[in-house]
Amino acid sequence: MSEQLIPRLRNRVVDPRPGRGVWHSHRAVWTVLALLLILIANRLISANFFSITMVNGRLIGSLITILDGSAPIMLLSIGMTLVIATKGVDLSVGAVMAICASAAVVMVNRYEAGATEFYYTPGVIILLAVGLGALCGLWNGILVAVINIQPIIATLILMISGRGIAQMITSGQSPTFTNDTLAFIGRGVLFGLPFPIYLYLAVLIVVFLLVRRTALGLLIESVGVNARASYYAGINAALVKILVYMVSGMCAALAGLVIAGEVKSADPHKNGEFAELDAILAVVIGGTSLSGGRFSLVLSALGVLIIQSLLTGLYVSKLHPTANLVVKAIVVLLVLLLQSDEFRNRLTRLVRRSS
Amino acid sequence: MTVNEQPQAPLLEARGLTKSFVATQALSDVDFTLYGGEVHALLGENGAGKSTLIKVLTGVYRRDAGTILLDGVEIEPGNPRHAQELGISAVYQEINLIPTLSVAENIFLGRQPTRFGLLDQRAANRQARELLKAFHIDIDVTRELSSYSVAIQQIVAIVRGVDLSAKVLILDEPTSSLDRHEVEILFSVIRSLKKRGIGIILITHFLDQVYEISDRITVLRNGQKVGEHRTAELPRLRLISEMLGRELTDELSSQDKSRARTESEYEDFLEVRGFAHHGKIEPFDLELRKHEIVGLAGLLGSGRTEIAHLLFGIQRHDKGHAFINGRRINLSSPQKAIRQGFGLCPEDRKAEGIIDALSVRENIILALQAKLGWFDYLSLKRQRELAQEMIDALRIVTPDAETPVSQLSGGNQQKVILARWLVSNPELLILDEPTRGIDVGAHAEIISIVKRLAKEGKAMLVISSELAEIVDYSDRVVVLRDHKKVTELEGDQISENMIVQAIAER
Repeated sequence: MSEQLIPRLRNRVVDPRPGRGVWHSHRAVWTVLALLLILIANRLISANFFSITMVNGRLIGSLITILDGSAPIMLLSIGMTLVIATKGVDLSVGAVMAICASAAVVMVNRYEAGATEFYYTPGVIILLAVGLGALCGLWNGILVAVINIQPIIATLILMISGRGIAQMITSGQSPTFTNDTLAFIGRGVLFGLPFPIYLYLAVLIVVFLLVRRTALGLLIESVGVNARASYYAGINAALVKILVYMVSGMCAALAGLVIAGEVKSADPHKNGEFAELDAILAVVIGGTSLSGGRFSLVLSALGVLIIQSLLTGLYVSKLHPTANLVVKAIVVLLVLLLQSDEFRNRLTRLVRRSS
Repeated sequence: MTVNEQPQAPLLEARGLTKSFVATQALSDVDFTLYGGEVHALLGENGAGKSTLIKVLTGVYRRDAGTILLDGVEIEPGNPRHAQELGISAVYQEINLIPTLSVAENIFLGRQPTRFGLLDQRAANRQARELLKAFHIDIDVTRELSSYSVAIQQIVAIVRGVDLSAKVLILDEPTSSLDRHEVEILFSVIRSLKKRGIGIILITHFLDQVYEISDRITVLRNGQKVGEHRTAELPRLRLISEMLGRELTDELSSQDKSRARTESEYEDFLEVRGFAHHGKIEPFDLELRKHEIVGLAGLLGSGRTEIAHLLFGIQRHDKGHAFINGRRINLSSPQKAIRQGFGLCPEDRKAEGIIDALSVRENIILALQAKLGWFDYLSLKRQRELAQEMIDALRIVTPDAETPVSQLSGGNQQKVILARWLVSNPELLILDEPTRGIDVGAHAEIISIVKRLAKEGKAMLVISSELAEIVDYSDRVVVLRDHKKVTELEGDQISENMIVQAIAER
């Protein structure tokens, strides 16, 4: 009896899993609430924020723009969520976007120039680009899991060298392209909606099934919470880590292709610039702790939407553009405070005391 | 056998020190007396209260009750820095110096400006050289600290501590990573400190060294002082019985053990020949059989955990072979050991056992799931069944299977780790201190589970510091001393006396 009661009372630990415990302890509640508040704020700034119209078989509206613009970071957030759940971080995703996009654009231009080898066909080129992303992830994974370099340093190596590799691939240029297949990934429209949205949903479903319908999700969380105990329990922690970095690399490859398709060029400098920071931020806003453990792919996506809606609101508002970054930082801070149990408890106590 | 009051007044005198943490009484009413110019060994097994006592003396912890007198004046050390200013310095096993600075810089770190107004590196070097020379250590003090051996680094730490005006110097396991020659150098430093009238408190688990260097011994056990002796007057056997909490009696077998099992019931499982890991454990042979409980006894640091780690593939053996049914097997990683049907409940439950943010259910099915692989995912229904089965069978006290395991008490967490192995149906279970830090009720339950598992046909290897416990459940006892297997006791030979004697023999 005492064994059961005392620890329960002493540390009021709240089960971090969505769907358990009292309602206000769900991280999901606060993430959704934050998104709703930002959307409402957007509506107050511009009256037609929620309106969606059909123009030339294509849905047009702020919400669609937000979804479309979120797609690259949402793709990154999938891999980043898994990496962070293992107590790692992947700083190289922006650079990997540039590498894979550069490679794809250079190859597709050879195809357009008449190269006939089978690997110079657009479909194969896309697969090769994703494979290249997986290879980058494998490199990161080996540095982290086999050579035991801290993730932040291990992935910093590729973050820095990756831009150089991308420049070498494009011979220092920012080549443009005309190939429609590659462009479709970034600017195509399917059933009235931008193609990147479908791409994101497809990857989300595949990865979700991979982690939640197999034991992989449990093993990722276990390794993230306590790698040593997991190893003692017979989990191949190294393999789990390598895999999540590979998923992250593949997600980055697809995100790079989306950006390249959008602007119809490969820019080794601009493609994916600072994308890693937005992806990490989104994952944290989505409630996955940087100290590893429980994760939610869907909440990370909501984190991206929060950031993107915020940016959209700022562009539309009359605020001077120079203030954008500061306002973004303040709102992100507010969102994180809203999610913090500690902060809410203190706030509640403060309100009680004054009343 | 307490020591008569020495003629001189005590240098450091602690009376009735008491300190408790949330769940445990770490020190209760402990007296401790240190004279100037003596080496006083502070001995006891894990959890005896040695480090708590040190931390109270150096101001890391605030005591709940008791007084500390230094030179007859009551002191109230608020933090380690304050304790140092009062004259109590401590040097720990992990050296608290900066490896990339020079020896001289380390000795004077944080004190240079006040002495010279400006940084005077040459004076600092000269003084450092003199300080070390006083101990007959002649080294280049301008070289990086990390370029020297651990022994020299240790001595630099001591010199730094002593130069900080020490009256009392505490050495916590200073020799555990030193070789014989380095220990000699360290001991000569300790001897010259004695001559200066400094009182030295020495914590070590090497009993030979205790007898070589110390003048007096205080033994702690379960937070209480159990004895204070002149080293020369304390037989080794008596010391070990005090440390392990065992009153010596004349009869050899103090307990009448009715052993239900007979030789014929045992069934060979694992045979280990000449397993060793350099510097950790010398070559040993070991046979483990189904239906049999083998106890692993020895003092802290004698190599008990090392044996568990070698068998489970956590530490790779660099010599020897292991066989099952005459076939050689590979034990180079936990995964491979698990594939052979091994399971290990590690000593440090929190760091190596439980996955604290995961639920009881997930913790229980983890090893089985790892064994099955990623794609053979146990259905949620099956997971719940397995977890509930174990919660009932081992009487794990938890609100439900979905509660995070961090919310359970220590005893129940231990049961969860046991359950983790039981669902994967192992042939051999290695339990490293399964009852440490567990309340009395759960303690008895764990022991009855251990016995039941052997009856059901598991091979069991159990490490414990509790002699009574080992004698109670073991069919065979392997005794370790100084990283070496010294003997195996069987049947009627198994008694607390015999174990203590085997540990004490030299």
